[in-house]
Amino acid sequence: MKRSLDRSLVQRAGFSLLTLVTLMTVVPILAVVVYIARQGLPAISWSFLAQMPGDGMRAGGILPAIVGTLYLTLGTAVFSVPLGIAAAIYLAEYARENWLTRLIRIAIINLAGIPSVVYGLFGLGLFVFFLKFGTSILSASLTLSIMTLPVIISAAEEALRSVPQAFRTVSISLGGTRWQTIRRIILPQALPGIITGVILGLERAAGETAPILFTGAAFFLPRLPNSPFDATMALPYHLFVTSTQVPNMPFQIQYGTALVLLVFVLGMNVIATVIRSRARAKRQW
Amino acid sequence: MGKSRTWGEAVITAVIKTCGYSAIVFVVLIFFFLLREGLPALAEVRLADLLAVRWYPIENYFGLLPLLTGSLIVTAGAMLVAIPFGIGTAVFIAEVAPRWMREVLKPLVELLGGLPSVMLGFLGILVLAPFLRTFLNLPTGLTALAGSLLLGAIAIPTVVSITEDALDAVPQGYREGALALGATKWQTIWRVTLPAARSGALTAVMLGVGRAIGETMTVMMVTGNAPVLAVHLNSIVSPVRTMTATIAAEMGEVANGSTHYHVLFFIGLVLFVISLAVNVAASTVVFRQKKRAERVLS
Repeated sequence: MKRSLDRSLVQRAGFSLLTLVTLMTVVPILAVVVYIARQGLPAISWSFLAQMPGDGMRAGGILPAIVGTLYLTLGTAVFSVPLGIAAAIYLAEYARENWLTRLIRIAIINLAGIPSVVYGLFGLGLFVFFLKFGTSILSASLTLSIMTLPVIISAAEEALRSVPQAFRTVSISLGGTRWQTIRRIILPQALPGIITGVILGLERAAGETAPILFTGAAFFLPRLPNSPFDATMALPYHLFVTSTQVPNMPFQIQYGTALVLLVFVLGMNVIATVIRSRARAKRQW
Repeated sequence: MGKSRTWGEAVITAVIKTCGYSAIVFVVLIFFFLLREGLPALAEVRLADLLAVRWYPIENYFGLLPLLTGSLIVTAGAMLVAIPFGIGTAVFIAEVAPRWMREVLKPLVELLGGLPSVMLGFLGILVLAPFLRTFLNLPTGLTALAGSLLLGAIAIPTVVSITEDALDAVPQGYREGALALGATKWQTIWRVTLPAARSGALTAVMLGVGRAIGETMTVMMVTGNAPVLAVHLNSIVSPVRTMTATIAAEMGEVANGSTHYHVLFFIGLVLFVISLAVNVAASTVVFRQKKRAERVLS
């Protein structure tokens, strides 16, 4: 009798501890989001979003940083999306389980683990100096897309693999070639999963600073970039320089910048989650 | 028609295959460029000088030990945060929480993984560091401790998601068996489920270490960036400087091809090798676990 009392007491204590640990993990996350929103909201106005910075960043808006982050995200998508999806198709539909495929998988895992600042070094060495693209949107986008690649490949492969084998068997037995099967049957079925993965990958790229530090980010530009060979301002880099390198920087502008970046990143996250849950609800297999 | 179809098919297959190999190509390219720009450092600076304790590039002191110890102390501190909180949260989500709560908690933890590291660094400067300074009565709040706390938070989503996967992979029969023998839910978790998932948890911790040691912006913003040897007990509450922060802070100002430039690439090479080792080790743990599970279940 006494033992079972002890046991239930231990269980109570254990579960309380786990609940406490989880709360201590989750509550600060919510607190960060709420805090940034509350501190940043007063800064948000049409002129903050649509004007150039003035007075050494201490006044005006953050338009070039917003536009720059959009350009970098799009540039990253241009390179990483087709390459990543094609690589995923190879792994899910063509590759046999042999040493080469294992090597590809190890390479993907390693790409995912390489520190972001090392990507920056690589981009500097290959794109900026060796290929002479200079400090530019092009160099930064290429660097970010290699960093994003493992995320997109893994997510897209998982989406492709979740399409039931019967779909392939039926299509092939009706005379479809392998590519026709992929193109018309598998890809449409896997599309929501692929899009979710792509958005989550691009979300990471949009928030990154270290890979663009020496490949494409500019402290301040008096005009918007008008070619892929121009350097650009970007939201995360702007937040970094204004919070470390500009003396007497008004807090409100910093929190405003942080909020815009947060909305950008969270917005992508929410879109990805909605697409995923809608597709799950609609799925008939 | 039939012919052009097979021809098109061949082209597409070739393109897809080439893209499939791209990951290998990029890893090799990254390694090659780090070697190409980083190895000259070994010719320009004596190995004994690289292993010295003074990092002062303007006067050609390139001792890497302060940076190495800085990275180690911040990462170790981060793990002290990420392991209990990450594994605890994963166990709660996988084993204790009811379904609806799981659906709320999982996206929240994923949200933490999606927060840009520069934003956490920004809050570290404005909120965490002043708090630590007054709370612990320090000369500055920008310390290894601030870096460890934030890095721990950054590593948590990695630890949670992999540990949770490992717990999910434990066969339901294990739990049912334990409960049928009269164990409480807590005993089942503590003595059966968690031990069965331990190699997954180990993988999670290793990848968490990899994530923490490679993190750049947050540590650069909150650790104070003083390149001093971090080997004392109170180093945790002093400013330190990590390898990643050194590259990020100094690469913008060095002349292309100078010794300083080569040494920074050499540090990048060291980081690359560390992350390679961590990831290969982590994936062999998973591989071994799979093999053992197959042996047990067959």
